Amino acid sequence: MTRVAVIGAGLAGLVCALRLAQGGADVTVFSRGTGGLHLTPGMIDVLGYAPERVEAPGETLAGWVAARPEHPYAQLAGAPLEEALDWFRGVAAPLRYGGDLAANMLLPTAAGVARPTAMAPAGMAAGDLRGGRRVVAVGLRALKDFFPAYLADNLRRAALPGGAAVEARHAVATWSPRPGADVQGHYFARALDEPGARAGLAAELRAIVEPGETVLMPAVLGMRASAEAWEDLCERAGAPIAEVPTLPPCIPGMRLNLLLTRALGEAGGRMVVGPEAVGVDGSGGRIDAVRIRDAARVRAVPADHVVLATGGFESGGVELDSYGAVREPALGLPVAGPPGGGRGLGPRHLDEHPLMAAGVRVDDRLRPVDASGAPVWGNLRAAGSIIAGAVPWREKSGEGIAIAAGHRAACTILEDT
Amino acid sequence: MAHPLHDAVRGSLDNCVKCTICETYCPVSAATPLFPGPKYVGPQAERFRGEGPSPDDSLTWCSSCGICTHVCPQGVKIAEINSIAKAEMAAERGIPLRDRLIARPTLAGRLGAPVAPLANRLARNRLVRAAVERAVGVHRRAALPTWAGRTFQSRTRLRRQPPGRPGERPAVVYFHGCAANYYETHTAEMAVRVLEMQGLDVIVPRQGCCGLPLQSNGLYPAARHYVRRLAGSLAPYARAGHDIVSTSTSCGLMLKREAREILDMEDDDDLRAVSGRMYDICEYLALMHERGELRTDLLTPLDMEVPYHAPCQLRGHGVGTPAMDLMRLIPGLRPRQVDAVCCGVAGTYGLKREKYDVAMAVGEPVFGQVRESGAELSVCDSETCRWHIAEATGVPSVHPVAMLHRSYGLG
Ligand SMILES: Cc1cc2nc3c(=O)[nH]c(=O)nc-3n(C[C@H](O)[C@H](O)[C@H](O)COP(=O)(O)OP(=O)(O)OC[C@H]3O[C@@H](n4cnc5c(N)ncnc54)[C@H](O)[C@@H]3O)c2cc1C
Ligand code: SF4
Ligand code: SF4
Ligand code: SF4
Repeated sequence: MTRVAVIGAGLAGLVCALRLAQGGADVTVFSRGTGGLHLTPGMIDVLGYAPERVEAPGETLAGWVAARPEHPYAQLAGAPLEEALDWFRGVAAPLRYGGDLAANMLLPTAAGVARPTAMAPAGMAAGDLRGGRRVVAVGLRALKDFFPAYLADNLRRAALPGGAAVEARHAVATWSPRPGADVQGHYFARALDEPGARAGLAAELRAIVEPGETVLMPAVLGMRASAEAWEDLCERAGAPIAEVPTLPPCIPGMRLNLLLTRALGEAGGRMVVGPEAVGVDGSGGRIDAVRIRDAARVRAVPADHVVLATGGFESGGVELDSYGAVREPALGLPVAGPPGGGRGLGPRHLDEHPLMAAGVRVDDRLRPVDASGAPVWGNLRAAGSIIAGAVPWREKSGEGIAIAAGHRAACTILEDT
Repeated sequence: MAHPLHDAVRGSLDNCVKCTICETYCPVSAATPLFPGPKYVGPQAERFRGEGPSPDDSLTWCSSCGICTHVCPQGVKIAEINSIAKAEMAAERGIPLRDRLIARPTLAGRLGAPVAPLANRLARNRLVRAAVERAVGVHRRAALPTWAGRTFQSRTRLRRQPPGRPGERPAVVYFHGCAANYYETHTAEMAVRVLEMQGLDVIVPRQGCCGLPLQSNGLYPAARHYVRRLAGSLAPYARAGHDIVSTSTSCGLMLKREAREILDMEDDDDLRAVSGRMYDICEYLALMHERGELRTDLLTPLDMEVPYHAPCQLRGHGVGTPAMDLMRLIPGLRPRQVDAVCCGVAGTYGLKREKYDVAMAVGEPVFGQVRESGAELSVCDSETCRWHIAEATGVPSVHPVAMLHRSYGLG
C-alpha cells in the first residue's frame, strides 16, 4: 500500500487525504492543530472578485488565469476544478451543497453584504439575494456578535444585479440552551441537534415571521444533523429560514470539518492532531520520511509521497521574519515572495498586500519547484493556501483552490502508484 | 513572588489569535456553564495574573485534559498555562487533605495491598463510601480501583536485571506505573507476555510514582521530587541503550514531556535521557510492526466488535492511535473508535465530590456509545479512564494489549 503523509488539516489537507484514502492509499494527516475550516463560513468560494464582483466564475476564470500565469488556478482551472467540485458535492451530500461554476450566488454576511460564492449548503443557499427578497433578520439574545438591526439595515442598501432590492426588518428571539448566560454559537448548535430544542425556538419564530418573508438566522441551527435540523426548523416555524455565517467559531465550517474528518476515518485514513512537521529525509530527489516532532522526540515517519497543505500566513505555512525575508518553515522549500520585491505590505489594513500571495510555486503536477522550475522533490505535492500567487481573502478564491489542489494532488499521487 | 511559569509556556500566549478553536473542543465547557472555556481562562486571563492571585476562580473547573493544546493551530500551550495557574492558586489557598491523599496513589496502594480483600470490600461499601465522601470529598459513586493482593513488583522480582546486561535477545525496560503495580497487575502481566512474544527480554526495575497526580493537584515540589527519584532509577537503563515501554498513557506522557514543561525540569539530565527512550506500549509495538518485527503470524482470529476510546493523554503523545492500528492486525477483530473527546475523569478530577457530576456529563457521549455498541468489553489505553468507563457503563474495559494477549492465545 502506498504510504502518504499529508501535512496540515485544513480544507486542502482533508480533501486530499480523503480522496487518497478512497483511492486505496494508506494516508496519515499530521497537523499542528485544527485547520482553518472552523473559521470559515462553510461556503465554497471559487472566484468572487476579479477585481469586480464575478457573476459567472467558470466563464471569468478562463480569461483571468490567462492574464495571471503565476496564479494557482493556472494549473487548476477547467477540468481539475470541475472534477474536484463534483467529487466534493458527492462527499458533502449530507450537508446538501448547491450551486456550481455557472453563476455565483449572493449570500448575506452578518454585516449585511451580498457575498458572491459558488457553492453553499442548502441552509445558506436559501438566503440567495439575487432577484431581491423580503427578509426578517432574527438575532438570538444570548448570542453576542450577531446584530440583526445592523444586518437588516445594510441589506436594504446592498447592491444587487438588475436593480433588485431587499426588504428587511429585524427581531430578536430569546430562546437559549443556557438561560441567564452569554452563549457561544457552538452551544446553540449542539442544543439544536435535539428536536425538543427546535420546538422551543420555532414557536418564537412562528410569532415573528410574516407571510412572504425569509427568516435570516445566525448559522447555529444544528451541528451534527444540520441539514435535517434546518429543514425541521423551517417546517416547525412554517417559513423559509436561511443561515447567515457568524464570527468564529463558524458552525457551517465546523460541520464540514466534522464531515470530512469522519469520512476520512471511515475510509481508513488516520489523523494525528498536535505534533508538527519539522522537515523531511530523502535522497536522489525523493523523500523517504517526514520528520514529526511528538511529545518526546523528532521521529522519522516513512512515506512514499508527501503533501504539504500547511496553509498561508494565517496558519504558519509561510513566515515573515523581521528582516523581511519570507520562508516556508516546515520543509524549508524555496518561496516565491511578493511579486515586485520589497516587503509587499500596503500602508493600510484593507490595501493591497502583495505579500499575501507569497508561497511555494508548483508545476502542473503540483510539485513545489525551485527558481529554475524543477521539482524540489519528485514525490512532494503542495495544496491549498501554501501555493503562491493567490490572495484568497480579496479574490474569494480560497476554498476553490483548496478543494481543486487537494483533489488534484491526490489524483496525481494515485496515478503515480 | 517570581512567576513560576516556564518562559516558553507563558510566552506562547502571545500567539493566540482568538480563533476560538480551543473553545469548541473543550469537553468541560461543553458540559457545564460554570466553565467559560480554555481561551478565556488560558491566554486571556493569564495576562491579568502576572504576580498575585488569579483574577478568576472558574479556572478550577479545567480538568487538565490537554485537548485545547493539541487542537490550537497557533501553538498556544493553553492546558499547560492553566495547570500552572491552577497550582499557583492552590498554593495560595491551601490544598485540601483530599487532594493530598488522592495525589499519592502509592500511599493508598501500599496501605491497601496487604489487606486487599478487606480494602476492596470497604471500598465497595455504600456506607463507607458515604462517610469517605463526607470526610474527605471523594464522591461516593466515583470509580475506585480494586487492590490486587500482591503487587506486580513483588511478582516480578526475577526481572530486576541491571542495565546493559549482555543477553541473547534485545531487552526493553517495562515502566508499569502505580496503577499496574497495585491494582491492575494483570495488565502489567499481559504487557510483559506480549513484549516477550516479540522476542524481547523484559526488565522490570524497581520504580516509584511519576508524580503526575501530585502535579495535577498542584503539589509541585513533591511532584519534582518523585520525578527526580523515578528518572534516577530509569536513566541508567536509558543510557545503556534500553527502550522504556509503558502501559500508562498519563505516566508515560509525564516522563516524555509534561514534567519537563509543566514542572520546569528541562535541565534534568536523567529525565532527558529517560524522555528520549520512553514509549507508550502501543506506540512501541506499532513501530515494531513498521519495521516488520511484530509477530503478526501468531495472531489468531477474534471475531468481535469492540468500541475503543482514545484517552486525551494518549493524544498528548502526538503518535496518533497506534492501538487502532494494532487491533486492525487481529483477524476478525473490528475496533470502532468512539466519536467523543473525553471520558471525563481526567486522572483524579472525576473522583472529587464537587466535580463528579461534571465529569459524568463530560463522559456521557463516550458511555452512550459504549452502551449502544452492545459489546462485551470496551478498550482504552488509560487506566483511570477504563475504571471510569466500566463503572459508568457496566461494561468491562481493558487495555489494548489485552486484545493482543487474547489473540496470541496467551490466556
Ligand atoms: C485565520 C484565517 C482567516 C481566513 N480568512 C479567509 C478569507 O477572508 N477569505 C477566504 O477566502 N479564505 C480565508 N481563509 C481560508 C483559507 O484562505 C482557505 O480558504 C483555505 O481554508 C485554506 O485551506 P488550507 O487547507 O490551505 O490551509 P489551512 O486551513 O490554513 O490549514 C493549514 C493547517 O496546517 C497546519 N500546519 C501548519 N504548519 C504545520 C506544520 N509545520 N506541521 C503540521 N501542521 C502544520 C495548521 O495548523 C493548519 O491546521 C482563512 C483562513 C484562516 C486560517
Ligand atoms: S485555539 Fe489557540 S489561537 Fe485559537 S483561541 Fe484558542 S489559544 Fe487562541
Ligand atoms: S485542559 Fe481540557 S478542560 Fe482544561 S481548558 Fe483545556 S480542553 Fe478544557
Ligand atoms: S480521563 Fe481519560 S478521556 Fe478523559 S481526561 Fe483523561 S485521558 Fe481524557
